[in-house]
Amino acid sequence: MKAEAPQSTLSLQFRRVRANRLAMVSVWVLLAVVLMCYLGPYAFPFTGEDADFDNISAPIDLFSAHPFGTDDYGRDLLVRVLEGGRVSLAIGFLGALVAGVIGVLYGAVSGFVGGRVDNLMMRAVEVLYGFPYIILVILLGLLFGGGTLALFAAIVFTLWLTPAVIVRAQAQSLAKREFVEAARAGGMPNWQIIWTHIVPNCVSVVIVYGSLLVPEVILSESFLSFLGIGIKEPQASWGNLIQAGTSAMETDLRLLLLPGMLLATVLFCLNFIADGLRDAFDPNER
Amino acid sequence: MFPFVAKRIWSGFLTLAALATLTFFIMRLAPGGPFSRNRKISPEVQANIEAAFHLDEPVWQQFGRYIWGIVRGDLGPSTRFRDYSVNDLIASGLPYSLTIGFWAILVASLVGIGLGLAGALRRNGWTDYAAGTVGVIGIAVPIFIIGPLAQLYFSVHLGWFPVGGMNDGWRSLVLPVLVLALPNIAYISRLTRSSLIETMRENHVRTSRAKGIGPWLVMVRHVMTGAMLPVVAYLGPAAAALITGSILIETVFALPGIGRFFVDAALNRDYPLVMGITLVYGGFLILFNLLTDLLRGWMDPRVRHEG
Repeated sequence: MKAEAPQSTLSLQFRRVRANRLAMVSVWVLLAVVLMCYLGPYAFPFTGEDADFDNISAPIDLFSAHPFGTDDYGRDLLVRVLEGGRVSLAIGFLGALVAGVIGVLYGAVSGFVGGRVDNLMMRAVEVLYGFPYIILVILLGLLFGGGTLALFAAIVFTLWLTPAVIVRAQAQSLAKREFVEAARAGGMPNWQIIWTHIVPNCVSVVIVYGSLLVPEVILSESFLSFLGIGIKEPQASWGNLIQAGTSAMETDLRLLLLPGMLLATVLFCLNFIADGLRDAFDPNER
Repeated sequence: MFPFVAKRIWSGFLTLAALATLTFFIMRLAPGGPFSRNRKISPEVQANIEAAFHLDEPVWQQFGRYIWGIVRGDLGPSTRFRDYSVNDLIASGLPYSLTIGFWAILVASLVGIGLGLAGALRRNGWTDYAAGTVGVIGIAVPIFIIGPLAQLYFSVHLGWFPVGGMNDGWRSLVLPVLVLALPNIAYISRLTRSSLIETMRENHVRTSRAKGIGPWLVMVRHVMTGAMLPVVAYLGPAAAALITGSILIETVFALPGIGRFFVDAALNRDYPLVMGITLVYGGFLILFNLLTDLLRGWMDPRVRHEG
């Protein structure tokens, strides 16, 4: 019998994710969509904001210059959807990352330091939690004056709460463990204990919740752009493309279906991946 | 129980106060005002308008006036709909929003718990898969895609329900309520299923079964009581999801509720109306969180001592 090489928990967990077929298919589909959005527009000689006045509201014709037709300004639908995807995906992943990092640090400090600091920090979180999330995003969007960056800031500002609460609980239990005690006895300063012992031990929880944040951010972005509060024309995003599609849907459904299906596909994939991660990292769930 | 209740009410009050303050200052700092239009108006008219809406006072005085108004239940005049106060507008829109929200949460709980039960009792049977599919669709496909598609199919093609508006009695409620309930059906059924499965494995359930209690009685008395706790805890987030959803639904189905007023107000920088509706939404959310906490505290004594 051959002795197996020792494995870290993390690599074991990732092997479990790889065994989950649905999650793996989702990863590949998502990767394909991302590549398409970032590379696809370069295959066309025009951008999504260029109007082609000879082909206004052109129908689907896969072998023409506009494979999925144009909108009522003569802008290529496929290129617009792909460019909109860039914005939505970028906000989704970056937003989740930034919100995750803020949440982890806040939660780790709060849970580890404990006492009055913890009390105060958690009271602040509690108050923010009581706010209607989407309302807060809309208000902050107004405050920052609209645009991509404003939207991003507003979403991040409202989404770091959940990771913070989860990491705090984890950090609290870690702070009582022997190895942290040992580090403290050895004279390690607090910030270093947080950085080298608390944060790395929260990684698996954060991965699971971080993966749930991504679809949430993407959904918020498209929600706001759909209402006309987020990303505005002429810049494309899935939200405002879907909005344009709904107002024209009775005559031309493709304007709604193409961005809608792409958004739904991405959300499906992200949810399946998040499920797969949760099953792998937290086997008690099933 | 009493200190627990008092503490929750106090923290809800604090949240509402913080929300009012934050909203006020965000709106004050936001660029552009309700009267900064392209059209040029003479400085005298501008000054008169600003005086009428007290925009010429120092900020702290405006804030004091606003808070005093809230305390008296007066949310001030709307800057977009002249001659209407924010109170009038909210009073006209709130009944529609409440009706839709009430039916949506009722449908979502009944269908969601039903689907979750069906899934947990016959794991991996066809009902489980059907419930799982509904769940995945409800979570992943945003309602601003499902809503328009439902309109197109059920209203335009089949003609069963009106496309929008509120002029057709219960028929105009069907589509908005179903679409609004769908994401919550998805969450509630998933939550019910996993929590039931977990509870059914527990020792006290096995014991009661071993004692010879019938399967129905075990289910009702020993499984459901414990398994419903996480579902009840979801009520708070569900209320938040309903608020988000109702803003969309009212826009998609052209319903005269406060969600549509809110979007309209935000786009037109009608700050008093934005603040008023924010407070109404915030109040509802806080009330729902409070009710959820109380319900959980009543069902599970451990919650009362969490602090």
